Amino acid sequence: MSELLQVRDLHVKFVTPDRTVNAVNGVSFDVKRGETLGILGESGSGKSVTLRSILRLHPEHRTRWGGSIKLEGDEVLTMGKSALSDLRGQRVAMIFQEPATAFDPVFTIGHQIAETVRRHTGKGEADSWSRARELLEMVRIPSPAQRLKAYPHEMSGGMRQRAMIALALSCNPALLLADEPTTALDATVQIQVLLLIRELQREFNVGVIFVTHDIGVAVEVSDRIGVMYAGKIVELAPVEQMVDAPRHPYSRGLLASTVHDGMRGQRLEAIPGAPPDLAEVPTGCSFAPRCKFVQPNCIVRPPDLREMGGSHLVRCVLADVQEAGVAA
Amino acid sequence: MAIQSPTVDIAAALVRPTVASASRGYWPSVGRRLRRDPVTLICAGVLLLVVLSSIAAPLLGLADPYKTSMIRRLYPLGSPSHLLGTDELGRDMFARLIYGGRLSLFMGVMPVLCALLIGGALGITAGFVGGKVNMAIMRVMDVFYAFPSVLLAISLSGAMGAGTENTLLSLTLVFIPPICRVSESVTTQVRGFDFVDAARASGASALTIVRVHVLGNVLGPILVYATSLISVAIILAAGLSFLGLGVKPPEPEWGLMLNTLRQAIYVNPVLAALPGVMIFITSICFNLMSDGLRAAMDVKA
Amino acid sequence: MDSLLPLEDRGGPAQPLLLATGLRKHFPVAGGLLGRSRKVVRAVDDLSLSVAKGETLGVVGESGCGKSTVARLLIRLIKPDRGTMVLDGDPVDEPHGITVNELRRQVQMVFQDSYASLNPRLTIAETLAFAPKAHGLPAAEARARVRDLLDKVGLDPANYAERYPHELSGGQRQRVNIARALALRPRLVILDEAVSALDKSVEAQVLNMLVDLKTELGLTYIFISHDLNVVQYLSDRVLVMYLGKIVELGSVEAIYGNPQHPYTRALLSARPSMDPRRRTKEAPIQGDPPNPIDPPSGCRFRTRCPFAEDVCTRVEPPLADIGTQAVACHMRVVGSGHSKAATP
Repeated sequence: MSELLQVRDLHVKFVTPDRTVNAVNGVSFDVKRGETLGILGESGSGKSVTLRSILRLHPEHRTRWGGSIKLEGDEVLTMGKSALSDLRGQRVAMIFQEPATAFDPVFTIGHQIAETVRRHTGKGEADSWSRARELLEMVRIPSPAQRLKAYPHEMSGGMRQRAMIALALSCNPALLLADEPTTALDATVQIQVLLLIRELQREFNVGVIFVTHDIGVAVEVSDRIGVMYAGKIVELAPVEQMVDAPRHPYSRGLLASTVHDGMRGQRLEAIPGAPPDLAEVPTGCSFAPRCKFVQPNCIVRPPDLREMGGSHLVRCVLADVQEAGVAA
Repeated sequence: MAIQSPTVDIAAALVRPTVASASRGYWPSVGRRLRRDPVTLICAGVLLLVVLSSIAAPLLGLADPYKTSMIRRLYPLGSPSHLLGTDELGRDMFARLIYGGRLSLFMGVMPVLCALLIGGALGITAGFVGGKVNMAIMRVMDVFYAFPSVLLAISLSGAMGAGTENTLLSLTLVFIPPICRVSESVTTQVRGFDFVDAARASGASALTIVRVHVLGNVLGPILVYATSLISVAIILAAGLSFLGLGVKPPEPEWGLMLNTLRQAIYVNPVLAALPGVMIFITSICFNLMSDGLRAAMDVKA
Repeated sequence: MDSLLPLEDRGGPAQPLLLATGLRKHFPVAGGLLGRSRKVVRAVDDLSLSVAKGETLGVVGESGCGKSTVARLLIRLIKPDRGTMVLDGDPVDEPHGITVNELRRQVQMVFQDSYASLNPRLTIAETLAFAPKAHGLPAAEARARVRDLLDKVGLDPANYAERYPHELSGGQRQRVNIARALALRPRLVILDEAVSALDKSVEAQVLNMLVDLKTELGLTYIFISHDLNVVQYLSDRVLVMYLGKIVELGSVEAIYGNPQHPYTRALLSARPSMDPRRRTKEAPIQGDPPNPIDPPSGCRFRTRCPFAEDVCTRVEPPLADIGTQAVACHMRVVGSGHSKAATP
């Protein structure tokens, strides 16, 4: 498997006359073809900003970038207009939380998918419609021929999300970006869409970056999980290691505070406090103010991302300390 | 290496000093944004100047705006005794423009103010009560809305006859429907927020809820809209006077002055345009100020 | 005299705090000529429930199942088309009963959207003092109560009382919303997706606080959520809704340990697995929930049910008590005609 995407020391800063937001503060990761990287984080952690940076979707005039994003060797952050428009939709596709906004309400689903196919492949009218039909079949939309003629508002939330996945895969992208695509869906529909994404990913051999705030969802779809906090990846590990032996106090806290089976009657282990204000660049570890294990050197300078073996990366000064005390 | 429990010092150093930052309310933050908007500030300054000078007109030592003179007719601008010249009956233009502001501004502000009271109350009632009450009020408004405002104003004034009071009345009637409609839509919107439901669930009376929770959230947008109507009112009032349906001569009023100076347009076009310039400046200032207010208030703080 | 003392228990511990019978709410669908239309959304259809004193009743279901409508019906933010409510022995909104206002004094609600449920123009103190003042509490006492409420929800009154909602984080705002619900010292608090919009680490803080407040103030909760894990954590009994109907109702152990309705089972197994070695292989049910306008005839779940038979189309299954729980499924009704049902 070759490196499909290389993100190195990505910084994203939003500058407005009123204030500056340091949304992403040095994020690095790789994604291979056929692999799913889950990015787990709470609101304001910079997970969506990181994802959108890969397509450079942020308003250019008030966004300051730093670092590098390379897709199959091409630098995205310095890419010209035409290369960028090739990138969007054709090499990299994206699915969003709210499918209603991804479709134009005045055209049918079939029209919009066929139109995209035609634009990117130069196929004729009839060919692109039959391709659109194939795509709807592929995402398991029942009676696809009829659904092609449906308008977005005539479909249920789950169907729209499937149609959006069909649209995203219409041009055989190498990388699929998923921004909380199942958050707005009902539980019984969410699991169907998760399974569909997992299946299509294998079938198409695409790389997927799946951003979510829900640990369960991340565990269902990801091969590796990166946990983000205050614009940084604090821990990146294969999914089994992340679930079995998280090393960063934040990842631990997140897992411990997520309610699941068998916690009834126990007191939940909440992380005290709230995430930091992103207006200032942190001088030390961003999590230090909420951390139970804070050390004097945590506030001196930000800890580095350290390799813990088995491609398990942790950004914590205590990462190599034996767990005995930490687990307590 | 054993893990030390954090010393108190570190914890204290880490907690960012929560400066009891004087929490800013909504209006102070609107004021702060307005102060950073030069266009709105300039417009407000110009309007203040126009308003103050017309209110204080008798104290400014101006020439008598009613005193005619057959020999001094249509003096050009910059004449020694008449800075802005004289009109077709030899009256001092500068004095008449300043005094004219009294009626013109009055005709711009008063109908909007009256319409704001009536239309606002109707709209908020319709929006808050909803259902059949809303239906009844809004359908009546739609009937008025069906006529273009200029035509409605002209026909009402025409039917009731010329004069200040009648102009006031007809302009008020013209402005009630649009203000009512805007009030209704913002109230309906606010009504849908959970905090109104929470207030209802607390058992408070409808009047208390409107006073505490609705008014504060709808008055802003309604006032902004009303400000933008003032310029329309000034132009409409001037138009009615121009057509002879508004203020009667010899009262100085910008619209009427524009009408009477019509004949002088070939003799002294600049002079004839002066009342128009005043109308233009005031109404554009009101409009820009309303835009500025809207921008300053439209924040998801 | 302080008119806002905590309310006393009247009927004794065995009498249900709230008893609702046959609640129904159909919303007309806008559209058609002159906004008139025959179509209705059957948001809540003949729903009966009782809440015991001191318990937490969890309500789960997917969007459009009517769980939020139930909340609003119980606090009378919307008027039911049919049905009666009895609060600790007193019929609500009936002669010889209590008024809707008295009901609202005893039953309060916390909404999901922490931002929309706070008036942006009022300070936290003003928001919290609103209800006590509307009930005639003098200003000085109301101020004292605001301090007390903020203390209770873990916000320092000196620091937060004079702030505006936009200056607080989502978790802090939701604490304020909870404080407001407690301002009238109610006995029953309805929590409508009250922690759903919060981040997990903050959600845990708020859940701990809800547990503490319940013990401290002797409250009863109705906890409405789409998150089955949170409902399991907090509830004593659980009610499962599907398209405006109760499909299953029982103790939390029965519902989670031995679910009887195919929908409850599907809902439970649709939860993402927390174990990467045991990922979900197959979705428990296919398709989306149908539109609550024109719900399916007979059993409303039959269109997605793997066990649906002819009888399910024709006959609506009653909510039958099967000992540990009550379930509305023909497979659990003796002699219903379903092939999996026991024969009499």
